[in-house]
Amino acid sequence: MIGLAASLLLLSIGRVAGISGIVGGLLQGTNADTTWRLLFVIGLVAGGFSIVAFMPSAIAEPDSRSLLAVGAAGLCVGVGTRMGNGCTSGHGVCGLTRFSKRSLVATLSFMATGFATATAVQLFFGGAL
Amino acid sequence: MTDANKVINFLNPLGEWDPSLAFVMVGAICAHLATHRFIIKRPSPLFAAAFSLPTAAHIDRRLVIGAGLFGVGWGLGGFCPGPGVVSAAGFGPAALTFVGTMVAGMVIFQRLDRGDEAAGSA
Repeated sequence: MIGLAASLLLLSIGRVAGISGIVGGLLQGTNADTTWRLLFVIGLVAGGFSIVAFMPSAIAEPDSRSLLAVGAAGLCVGVGTRMGNGCTSGHGVCGLTRFSKRSLVATLSFMATGFATATAVQLFFGGAL
Repeated sequence: MTDANKVINFLNPLGEWDPSLAFVMVGAICAHLATHRFIIKRPSPLFAAAFSLPTAAHIDRRLVIGAGLFGVGWGLGGFCPGPGVVSAAGFGPAALTFVGTMVAGMVIFQRLDRGDEAAGSA
């Protein structure tokens, strides 16, 4: 699904489907790219509503994380994805498909720190924070 | 991916490890890989004048540190940007909190970054 959606975006308007870049571009203010970015985000939310309607168990809140931890996580993700120019979709899926060296390095970096962080929460906080 | 517990369990091999998320990512790459090369061989996309693909090739500290910081947030909260936005449609407090602070983080960084660029070019 993600791969095909990325292909469709590439085929139709020639863009890379990186969610953090699409959202970040929207936040940057008005420019010519606002329409497709907005439509893409609306599509994500609409997808969310259809999951809620047809497969509600597929959306789950993290049981082992406090809202404070999740809030801090959001800040890290927001700053980190703009600094590193991508997230799991842009670097992980689209970038690796294009055999981009930058994306390979970025993916290795966020995989390493992602595993390290969740494992550290397990080791030092008993799996919940 | 919209199940934050599944993401956290994927990233934590010392807990109740659930490696299934790796298949989602590999599956997405395979699906995209199958169509990608045929698409970019076209002279242009269907509804735009030209393909607009990333051209940066240099690997710098900013890329590694930024991606690393993103990973810390991913392992800490169990959300990455796409699934976070999708999950927010469920109006769960964690998903809404995540998207709120993620947007704040993006705005803060983009402001600071633009400031740096302006200062650098002056």
